[in-house]
Amino acid sequence: MRITCPLCGPRDRREFYYYGAEDYLNRPTEGAAPEAWDDYLHLRDNPAGMTRDLWYHEQGCAAWLRVTRNTVTHEISETELVSALKPGDLKKGART
Amino acid sequence: MRYSGLKVITEGLFGNKGWKPAWRNPAPKAEYDAIIIGGGGHGLSTAYYLAKNHGLTNIAVLEKGYLGSGNIGRNTTIVRANYFLPGNSQFYSHSLKLWEGLEADLNYNVMHSQRGLINLFHSDGQRDAFARRGNAMINQGDDAELLDREGVRKHLPYLDFEQTRFPIYGGLLHRRGGTARHDAVAWGYARGADQRGVDLIQNCEVTGIDIENGVVKGVQTTRGPIRAKKVGMIAAGRSGQVAAMAGMRLPVESHILQAFVTEGLKPVIDHVISFGMGHFYISQSDKGGLVFGGDLDFYASYASRGNLPMVEHVMEAGMTLMPMIGRAKVLRSWGGIMDMTPDGSPIIDKTHIEGLFIDCGWNYGGFKAVPASGWCMAHLMATGDSHPVARRFRLNRFATGHLLDEEGTGSQHNLH
Amino acid sequence: MRVKGKGLIDRATHIGFSFDGRDYVGHPGDTLASALMANGVHLLGRSFKYHRPRGVLTAGSEEPNALVEVLEGAQKTPNTRATVQELFQGLKAQSQNRWPSLKYDALAINDVLSPFLSAGFYYKTFMWPRAFWERLYEPIIRRAAGLGALSGKHDESQYEKAFAFCDILVIGSGPAGLIAALTAARAGADVILAEEDSRMGGRLLADTVEIDGKPGLVWAEEILAELHAMPNVRLMTRTAVTGAYDGGTFGALERVSLHVAKPGDTPRECFWRIVAGQAILATGALERPIGFPDNDRPGILTASAARAYLNRWGATPGKSIAIFANNDDARRTADDMAASGIKVAAVIDARPDSSALGDYPIYRGAEVIATHGRHALKGITVQTRDGSHDLAVDCLAMSGGWNPTLHLTCHMNGRPLWNPTLQAFVPAPNAVPGLTPCGAANGTFSTAGCLTEGHAAAAAALAALGRTAPDIMPPRTEDSVYDVSPLWVVPGKGRAWLDFANDVTAKDVRLAAQENFASVEHMKRYTTQGMAPDQGKNSNVGALAVLADATGRGIPETGTTTFRPPYVPVSIAAMGAGGRATGFAPQRFTTSHAASVERGAPMIEAGLWYRPSYFPRPGEKTWRQSCDREVGYVRNAVGVCDVSTLGKIDLQGADAGAFLDLVYTNTFSTLKPGRVRYGLMLREDGLVMDDGTSARLSATHFLMTTTTAAAGLVMRHLDFVHQALAPKMDVRFISVTEQWAQFAVAGPKSRELLNSVLDAPVTDEAFPFMACGEVMVKGVNARLFRISFSGEHAYEIAVPARYGNALFRDLVARAETLGGGAYGMEALNVLRIEKGLITHTEIHGRTTAFDIGAAKMISAKKDCIGKAAAQRPGMIGPEREQLVGLRPIDHTKPIGAGAHLFNPDDAATRANDQGYITSVCWSPTMDTYLGLAFLKNGRARLHDEVRVVDHLRKADVICVVVDPVFFDPKGDRARG
Repeated sequence: MRITCPLCGPRDRREFYYYGAEDYLNRPTEGAAPEAWDDYLHLRDNPAGMTRDLWYHEQGCAAWLRVTRNTVTHEISETELVSALKPGDLKKGART
Repeated sequence: MRYSGLKVITEGLFGNKGWKPAWRNPAPKAEYDAIIIGGGGHGLSTAYYLAKNHGLTNIAVLEKGYLGSGNIGRNTTIVRANYFLPGNSQFYSHSLKLWEGLEADLNYNVMHSQRGLINLFHSDGQRDAFARRGNAMINQGDDAELLDREGVRKHLPYLDFEQTRFPIYGGLLHRRGGTARHDAVAWGYARGADQRGVDLIQNCEVTGIDIENGVVKGVQTTRGPIRAKKVGMIAAGRSGQVAAMAGMRLPVESHILQAFVTEGLKPVIDHVISFGMGHFYISQSDKGGLVFGGDLDFYASYASRGNLPMVEHVMEAGMTLMPMIGRAKVLRSWGGIMDMTPDGSPIIDKTHIEGLFIDCGWNYGGFKAVPASGWCMAHLMATGDSHPVARRFRLNRFATGHLLDEEGTGSQHNLH
Repeated sequence: MRVKGKGLIDRATHIGFSFDGRDYVGHPGDTLASALMANGVHLLGRSFKYHRPRGVLTAGSEEPNALVEVLEGAQKTPNTRATVQELFQGLKAQSQNRWPSLKYDALAINDVLSPFLSAGFYYKTFMWPRAFWERLYEPIIRRAAGLGALSGKHDESQYEKAFAFCDILVIGSGPAGLIAALTAARAGADVILAEEDSRMGGRLLADTVEIDGKPGLVWAEEILAELHAMPNVRLMTRTAVTGAYDGGTFGALERVSLHVAKPGDTPRECFWRIVAGQAILATGALERPIGFPDNDRPGILTASAARAYLNRWGATPGKSIAIFANNDDARRTADDMAASGIKVAAVIDARPDSSALGDYPIYRGAEVIATHGRHALKGITVQTRDGSHDLAVDCLAMSGGWNPTLHLTCHMNGRPLWNPTLQAFVPAPNAVPGLTPCGAANGTFSTAGCLTEGHAAAAAALAALGRTAPDIMPPRTEDSVYDVSPLWVVPGKGRAWLDFANDVTAKDVRLAAQENFASVEHMKRYTTQGMAPDQGKNSNVGALAVLADATGRGIPETGTTTFRPPYVPVSIAAMGAGGRATGFAPQRFTTSHAASVERGAPMIEAGLWYRPSYFPRPGEKTWRQSCDREVGYVRNAVGVCDVSTLGKIDLQGADAGAFLDLVYTNTFSTLKPGRVRYGLMLREDGLVMDDGTSARLSATHFLMTTTTAAAGLVMRHLDFVHQALAPKMDVRFISVTEQWAQFAVAGPKSRELLNSVLDAPVTDEAFPFMACGEVMVKGVNARLFRISFSGEHAYEIAVPARYGNALFRDLVARAETLGGGAYGMEALNVLRIEKGLITHTEIHGRTTAFDIGAAKMISAKKDCIGKAAAQRPGMIGPEREQLVGLRPIDHTKPIGAGAHLFNPDDAATRANDQGYITSVCWSPTMDTYLGLAFLKNGRARLHDEVRVVDHLRKADVICVVVDPVFFDPKGDRARG
């Protein structure tokens, strides 16, 4: 498996650390309802198909990436720097 | 038809013509008292115990592929009761007791073999953590022995005690731990359920769950709608998709776990060995193949296949721990889809929809749990109450913080 | 028997080898199988279950029968394919899975008992009495099962792993692969041509085919010469591509020196990870056996193998040969045999309408219905339209048609498609992204078709890479039509083998269907068909055809099982190369490592690091004596300890303080420059992640320390919080763990020791507890922190790593003059337990701030990571286990970490469990054993007694619950 880091180019999967779904980007604000935190920390769409998840180029440039990926075929269609995402880029419907 | 050594001989004398089908191929009825979605180990054992323990026989197991096509048929077959957190301890202890009577109960040889499991430790800190675990196992009424280095050497003289990267300090021996023939467990439960009147319906994919006013009414399938008062979702790695049909989002992420088997070899590894520093575990099957595995590939996947980094890592772990297996050749690798929860423990619970139940989140330890999972899920579906040994496997425990995190790695699904 | 004038072997050179203790001679170019055949040895093995005598079935890695053990001692290699093992001088091979000898094998009794050993019989018996399974039945089964034996000794040989990158990977070097590689190479692409065999050419090595008016092999050699001369081409023989993975990554196994008598330091095998822009699958096809009664006797082999032995190795499998086939292709074997003067007794063609002619007897519409001879074939019985005839032959070559070698196309879940014309599965389109099948692997069997498709596949691959394929005139060659009619199993009595290696017969498959193991996966699992060393290569299609027939379905409806990696069995040593001994994980050494080793310190693992356990002195017999002495250094004089393994993260920026406020539970933005603060870090799920100190070096500059274990985890966490949650914060950070060597200098004389090395001495007033600052050590810029993990007046001094070795030696030498010295991990642990200071033994991932009595450290004035989740009802409350100290009533009674706690009168059962001990030590300072423990509602139970039970180590001790800070609870010594 190869992942194209926007900064470093295509690299072997073993340079990257996997965290989980992009839900982790939508951290509720302080004082949010417990349900929002449950959503944030635990509940997942867990799709069989296209998903967006978070990878860390741990043995490279230390950038966190959002990877658009198919969980059935493992095809990767996009990689973006998490730090460059704008609020509007985040997953729709996220509760805060 | 009852199986026995005598039956094997008499059938053999007459050309094996008399063997009957292990189960029927019934057409789905319009309505059942209860439906199980998922014909894997957990679904089949649930059906079996619903019929056997609770007298519910007008039930169906709906399986989108063939019976036992999920993780029951693609695992490393380890059976153990070595958990230490209250909530897990009693459940896996109960499961092991069921294993010990399974052949007699099912009249099917699942080849449950209590070969002894040794968890190696490699530091004083790990020894202490295993001591806590071993003492918890004994508190629970199960067995554990703490071996020092020489104690391990007596059991496993072929390990590399001199050069391995993480020296072997000792091990926790669980004599009642062992292995079983994975497919046979599915078939034994399937046959037992079928004999009690359960309809096992293969190639029948559930495409919708019918819910009216918060009450489950039945399911839509590729073989037509089926009504039912109770529906159990027991879909392992596919639980997310099944629950989504009921509008639910689960605390589950599906991950790939690879495992490996070598060509047949004369007996060389008698125990089940677990090497924590390398996330490597190995046993030898009755056929002679070395069966071993390691950690998840670590990325969410439904592909039932993995990639080389973890393959190589597993082999490297084998080579540092027991380089005598170097010339064994890997014949086949495969991957299962693991339903990983944020604390590594399972869920057996009601849902917010009346009549709809869920059994999922087995992470990668579901095989040994098959008997107790079915036992407890059947209890829940039949009585509406959690079975005492499964009371902590609640769906809402993440929201409330009542976690069962044996690994202590936290709310990241792939770390358990 | 050798055939004159045939073969690609070097007859002038002789190679001595042995099989089962008998010496033989072969030639360069031989495999073990061809050499044994040439020597008239046809019995090479015993089957898995029935221990039937077996000879070679094939001439390649798909061989199910001729598995042998080669080499001796620790080098012994079981399950080696005689058909792949190349001959070398002195090669010793022996048969396996037989006792006492290959010819007389006691377990051949199983063959007689076969009616009782049908598919899945073991699921139906051996259940009574229960205890007999582990004690009797299973040990017998295990001993009878298995094939070859491992030596049981460490495999000390060399293995290697490597990466390779190319534009186009061509897999297979037959006509299709060669033309594909040539096309790609001429277009300028970087090409790897991987060939499993020891020599390139594929079937051209074994078939008599003309291309462009030349013998096929001559044509191949010309192309290979051109490829060899091109700098953009890498030719890899003895390299089997074993798996197709994501992103154009392929696994490949190179047999580097398995064919060499004295390999020296050359690795035995190399496992390659090949990353290819595009790949071309030109792996050819495998010939299928036919099922008929007793089709497994030595002397019965595939037709293609028979002519491979003849044409490539000049060896004949028999003197009088019959050919049984359902297609035209097998006629080549008859023709080649006849042309070489070997008697072709009959061609038995199952097709009634077969039109081909030959100079030998042809039986059309006929079938082989029986075979004779136990250790070697002596004859066959043929059923023709006129009745049955016995033929005395010593070899039967069979061909049930060809299966494209499409395995790699299944590795990413691609399902092959049934082609009724070919009566075979062919690759599904785009089954593996970027992998284009061509030639026989794609179901195109004529040589002309292979060449056309090979060129087209290369052109497609080049186009995908933005390159243009050069025109290559398709060479003239045979373009025959492959005519096959299905024949899977000849009806009749007796057992017809499908899976030779696992002894699965057509009856077994039918029995599976009879018992409703009717799905192809059920049949496979029930009968074990396809799970033997040949991975189902010889049997999959035949078995599912029998299943389809037994269940009244067609083959496409029946479906097929999946081929999974690896394509050929791969040794664990090859894929695990580099993992042996200490190679498994990196080793990290501190700058004081050599000095510690010189002082005799046992070095123990701390994660990937090595740290000194203790520093023994002459006369000390146990580690405890050393440890107690070292604790005394710190409590009474001064001790020196290398603490460089703690993670060090340098944070800079205007928002560094605010950033720390977010990741720590407590506040750092208010910390004054020149001061240090202890910080507690939570995971977002509210549990403790790590703890440590952070020093504010200036208004915009912090230095964080983490525990040794969590250094990487914390770095990753900080990067996530910054990039994902607070990208606008003006802060940058980097790990400086390896850049600074850091030493604890602890004890009442620590300032005195320190001042002896500092260029300018420090005073308590200028450098109070929790102060930090820059200092100079003999002209070197250093950082000084007045922090303590021992409860004593203490410092940690950090110098650039290159000065660490010198400073450590100097500090220890000076400490020794002050009545102190170096201390190791054991003493460090005692010192911190005496002070109730926690490590990852306590913050093991299931503890909250509440549990360790630090709930108040979660600041109410600000948000922090983990704050919300830490408020969940299950994370707080009296039912949780809280950190306490334990002292045994009898201070000399040892207690063990991992023991559980109970109320004094309760039985030691789970239901009564009150908690457990995390850390224990003998405290020389307080003359007692001490323990840190988690106890339910523990803080409310101070002065209560608890029963400490350690079943494993047979201990049962009553302890008093106390505050976890055993020593100097007010902390005067550290502040003083």
